[in-house]
Amino acid sequence: MTDDDHVFRALADPTRRFLLDLLYERDGRTLTQLESELEMTRFGVMKHLRVLEDAGLVVTRRSGREKLHFLNPVPIRLIHDRWIDKYTERRVSALVELKHELEKEDTA
Amino acid sequence: MTTATQTSVTTQVYRVYIKATSEAIWDAITDPEWTQRYGFGGRVEYDLRPGGAYRVPTTDEMKKAGAKMGFETPDIMIDGEVIEADPPHKLVQTWRMLMDPETTAEGFTRLTYEIVEGKGGVSKLTLIHDVEGAPKVAALSSGQMEDVGAGGGWSWVLSDLKSLLETGHVLQS
Repeated sequence: MTDDDHVFRALADPTRRFLLDLLYERDGRTLTQLESELEMTRFGVMKHLRVLEDAGLVVTRRSGREKLHFLNPVPIRLIHDRWIDKYTERRVSALVELKHELEKEDTA
Repeated sequence: MTTATQTSVTTQVYRVYIKATSEAIWDAITDPEWTQRYGFGGRVEYDLRPGGAYRVPTTDEMKKAGAKMGFETPDIMIDGEVIEADPPHKLVQTWRMLMDPETTAEGFTRLTYEIVEGKGGVSKLTLIHDVEGAPKVAALSSGQMEDVGAGGGWSWVLSDLKSLLETGHVLQS
């Protein structure tokens, strides 16, 4: 699997997206804190976190005796920059401008 | 809730894998010939020893952009101090954004770069930005101000850096 495959596979699961949402709200949480937000066994949460870590979407760091989980947005940015930016941004911005122009005329 | 967890809320962690040696990545971070080519650009000035100065003079592009938006830009856009320099593995420094009065008022934040060379010529670059007490800087660093023209934060900078080191080109803006 390529790096992108890992990212897409990790994002394809609602529980894993929920874990990322939790970290987006408040970063640097322990397994116990994440687990308390889910109706799932500790082992199940660990498995999901492992998939997210393998995809680079979660990075763990030690703080004293605790292992903290951080959301790493860079892999998603890389996908954005490689595909969305390169191929669609100009077209999208042209469409957005057109929409603005048309709406301006509507109200004029 | 423990204190450790509360402080960690204000820490941002960014990681990217780059097909380059740790030396190449170190140079890309600390050498002005490299730093002017990606992200916000700008020729960094580093005195790479504890207590050494760190400055990024404002680029002409930034000055023009500032003038266009009707504010005067300072001569130095970012400043700070080197805390630890262990080339090409680890760089710890303070970091203060001077382009905006609010970020300037928030004062110095702490930035750590860690570079680990792995197998197959791929290195792991981790950037830790401790933005405690600096919510405006936190918003800037996490790219929340991209749509107002303040850049996409560290994710964007690291994506650009990866592109430059791996392909010789930055992303088109």
